Order: sequence, then structure tokens, then C-alpha cells
Amino acid sequence: MQATSQTQYKNTKIKLYHTVPDRILLAGVWILLAAIAVIILVPVIFILASSFSDPSAVSAGKVFLWPVDFSLAGYQVILLSPNILQGFFNSVAYTVVGTVVSVSLTLLAGYPLSRTDLKIRKPVMFLFTVTMFFSGGIIPTYMVVSKLNLIDSFWAMILPSAMGVWNVILMKTYIQSSIPLEIFESASIDGCSDWKYFINMVIPLSKPIIAVMILLYAVGKWNDFFSALLYLNDTAKSPLQLILRNVLVTNDSSGMVMRLEEQMSRQELKTLMQYSLVVVSSLPVMLLYPFIQRYFVKGIMMGSIKG
Amino acid sequence: MEERVKKRKNTRKLSFKEDIKKRWQLYLMLLFPILYIVVFCYLPMGGIVIAFKNFSFRKGIMGSDWVGMKYFIQFFTNPDMVRLLKNTLIISLYQLIVSFPAPIILALALHIINGNRFKKFMQSLTYAPYFISTVVLVGIVLQCLHLNIGIVNGVLDFLGFSRIDFMGRASYFRHIYVWSGVWQMTGYSAIIYIAALGNVDQSLIEASQLDGANRLQRIRIVELPALKPIITIQLILSIGCIMGVGFEKVYLMQNSLNLPISEIISTYVFKRGLRDMQYSFATAVGLFNSIINFILLFAANKISQKFGETSLW
Repeated sequence: MQATSQTQYKNTKIKLYHTVPDRILLAGVWILLAAIAVIILVPVIFILASSFSDPSAVSAGKVFLWPVDFSLAGYQVILLSPNILQGFFNSVAYTVVGTVVSVSLTLLAGYPLSRTDLKIRKPVMFLFTVTMFFSGGIIPTYMVVSKLNLIDSFWAMILPSAMGVWNVILMKTYIQSSIPLEIFESASIDGCSDWKYFINMVIPLSKPIIAVMILLYAVGKWNDFFSALLYLNDTAKSPLQLILRNVLVTNDSSGMVMRLEEQMSRQELKTLMQYSLVVVSSLPVMLLYPFIQRYFVKGIMMGSIKG
Repeated sequence: MEERVKKRKNTRKLSFKEDIKKRWQLYLMLLFPILYIVVFCYLPMGGIVIAFKNFSFRKGIMGSDWVGMKYFIQFFTNPDMVRLLKNTLIISLYQLIVSFPAPIILALALHIINGNRFKKFMQSLTYAPYFISTVVLVGIVLQCLHLNIGIVNGVLDFLGFSRIDFMGRASYFRHIYVWSGVWQMTGYSAIIYIAALGNVDQSLIEASQLDGANRLQRIRIVELPALKPIITIQLILSIGCIMGVGFEKVYLMQNSLNLPISEIISTYVFKRGLRDMQYSFATAVGLFNSIINFILLFAANKISQKFGETSLW
């Protein structure tokens, strides 16, 4: 039975594309998608190939899509550069602590707001939503952060952008639609307090959305460059993204090239290092990517239900 | 059952005081997020008053003297103002026109070749660039478009064309900004449309097949109407973001050569405010920007309501 319906389905599918306009359309779509694939892949392969090439080959513009005179010199420079390593570890710290703080805040906001029986729910929701459409702007926010003595501190990277209101709405919607209030009502009759219920029931039942939140916040924190640009002057506290800006965009890599500079032309090595740095800095996210993407898609779809 | 309904009604009738007493733990939980929102969102909103004051750190926000609309007038009479506004509007409209339809086209294309491995591969591939940080994206752009060693100029050279100094010529700035954005964001933005296309009513598709509609006709009659509500919402949101064109990427892509075209309101606010310490002036310019933005969002939403379509609120 299953098999016959499947073959029937296949037959209709074949039939679908038998007219001439359909075939032209299908061919056009395939060409379009192939072109998109090429456009996305070529820059990435070019960067990868360059990062594994010899410094002089890169500077001569000989590299296209395959390494020329394979070498690991670019990666060697990065590993020998204390600034870059420091930035890497700073970023890891900001990402880990920032994600913990952000996800906790989002949960603490999301659960009470999912409780339709809570009096204060609507005014608080309004208070939160307004901030999605109106903000004080760069300067007043900077002044608040500076009044709190957060400039050049670790927490400047964590607190000012700790909670996304959109994420709170996602969290609230998820809890509201997947954990019925009746469960709490019966639990509270058995003497379960709000807090106990939150820890023992809500958090375990919200694991999928918490996973989505961890990923959203972690990628955001790892890629955050704006907070560092605004609030950090101390280079010892710079996250990787700020160092990347100096090396990749403003082309200032003073103090980066270490021992190897005597062996090879400094300029060539600097150029090569830019390519390797792009690869190294994107590596953590890209390694997680196959795992991330499923959850990410889910998260966005959850958002689209509401939006 | 009836008892339960009664009980619920009773809980609804709790006064605010009783509600706090009964659910103090929930209120305590909410305390932290509310504190965050007040400190980092509402305090800065209050700080906007310095746009109307001559702010000095010594006197503080409250102690500084009122100057009324002085800084707004200073901005409107500034010869830079027209150029800034023009740059901001052109780049964001260009971006809207190109990057709004792109994900819809991608989603439809993936929908047409439905149900095979290539579709899955293309989906994973197209939204991978979303995870790259802005700094790295700009780095990649600079490397690929480099005059001497970039792959684009390498290919141009190979094909016998002359090399182009993409980053050195101001006229290329907008194209590079917009199309690198398409490269990075299209796959990600398409997810929502792909999800919606997966929910298209199967009976409508069958009916259109029976009526002998070809694939293109089916897209026009079945799939596009199904996407309409989402397209409307996304369009309203995009219009609401027109003045908020990404500060980070523009700032990173700026150089002395393209500055006449690449200077937009948000980068100007940042430079005048935090680099030149003209706090009040920069705040006034930023406020002007947010107000225009808000008006655009409001207008787009109103128009959408008028046509009986979906609305944000």
C-alpha cells in the first residue's frame, strides 16, 4: 500500500515537469542555484587556499582556488603572537560568561511573562516591547555605561547588551504554548512553590528553546565588535574581533609578527596572516555549525509563528 | 469543573497587593530583567534630554544648561546634513530593494527543486555566511577585491580586462556594501519563507495541477499568496530599519577615499560624539535619526492596516 502510493506520487511528480515552460523554468532554477553555490563558495575557498600558501605566492597574487607552495607560515605567526592568543581567550571568556548571564536573564523574564495569571504581565510586556522600537541611541547609552564605571571593565562586554527582548518573546511564547498552566495549578495544590516549579519543571521542559537561546547569544557574543569598540580602550582586554579589525581592516599589526619576521619579508607575512586569521577566527563557529544549524532553523521558525 | 471556573475567577479578582504576596517569587524573578531594561534601555532614553542641553561632564546631566533646539538647528544648517541624509537614504533604499526580494527568490527556487539532497545542501550552504562576524566579512571583502592579489581582479586580469581598484573608488562603495550583505544574509532570511512554503495547503496545489496550471502559474496563484502575510510583516520591519542601516559594516568599510559617500548618520554620530566629545550635538543627531525611523515604521504599519493586511500591533 505504502509502496503504491509512493510510486503514484513519483508519477505525478514526473508529470509535473513535462511541459516545455516547466522544463525551461526548472533548468533556469538549477542554473540560478548553481551560480549561487559558486558565488558563496569561491571567496571561502580562495581565503582557505591563500591561508595555506607560501607568503610570497600570496603577495604575488598567484593563488586562486588551490594552495600554491603549501605552507603553514600564516598559522605559525598567529600561534606565536601573544596579542592574538590573548584576544582569542578574552573572546572565549566574554562568550561563556555573557551567554550564561544572557540566557539566565531571558529565562527569568520569559517564565513569569508566560504566566497568564500574573497581574503585572501586560505592563511589563509593554515596557519591554517599547525598547524594540525606540532606544536612547549610542551616546546616552555610552554615558550610562560610563556612569556605572563599566568602561574598560570585563562587564562592559557582558551587561549593556545582556538581554534581547525578541528572545524573551520567543521564550515566553514557547513556554506558554508547550507547558500548560494546569500543570502548575496541580503542582501548587501539592505545595510546589513558583521557584521550585520553575527549576524542576519549566527549565527541563524548555530544553529545546534554551538550546536555541544559547546558540543565538553565543554566536552574537563571539562576533560582537561594537561593544568593544565603544567601551574598551585597554588593549589587554580586547576581544578577538577588535584585534581582527586592526589586522584585517585598518592593517595595523604592530607587535603581532614575532620571531619569523627576520626570516621572511615582513609585509608578505602580514598579508598571509590576514587570510589565516579569517580562518582561525571563524573556526569555532564553523565547527559548531553542523550541530547549530538544526536548532537555529527551529528557533527562527518559532519566531515566525509569532511574527 | 464549575468549581474550577469559580476558582479561576477568584484568582483573577486578586488585588495587586495580594498578587504580589501570593506570587512574590515570580516578581522577584522579574526584578532582574526589569532592572536590566530600566538601566540599559530607559535610563539612556532619559539621557536624550542632553540633546536639548549644553552637556558637560563637570555639571552632569541635571546641572547642564538648557539650550533648547540649538543643536538641532546647528545640524539642519550644517552643510554636511544634506549629504549625510542623502547617503543614509540611498544606501538603505538600495539595500531594501535588492536584499528584500532576494530571500524570497531563493526560497521559491529551493521550493521548485523540492525534495532532494541538493536542496538540503543549498540550504546549509546559503545560511552559513550568516555566522561570520561583520569584521571577518569586511576582511573577506577586502581580500577578495584587493587590487593586486584579490581573486576578483585575478579573474579580471586572466580574462583580459584591466584591474579595478574597488575599495579605492568611492562609486563602488554602495554596490560592495549592498551585495556583500546579500551574500551574507540571503540564506538566513530565506529560512522563514522556506518554512512558510512548507505549510502551503496541499489541496490548493493539487487543484492547480488538475486545472493544468504550469509551474510558474502555480507559483503566482498558490505559493505567492501563501507567502503574502509574511512578506508584508517583513517589509514593514525592513522599512522600520531604513534609518538604522548597519553602523558596524559601514564603519568598517570606510576609508578616506570613500568617505564622501560612505559617511552616514550613525557613523557621524559615533565620530562626533565619542571621538570629538560633542555629546549633546551627537545625541541630537541620533534622536533625529530615531524619530524619522519611528515615523517610517509607523507609516508602513498604518498603510498595511489600511489595505486590510497584517499589522505589527
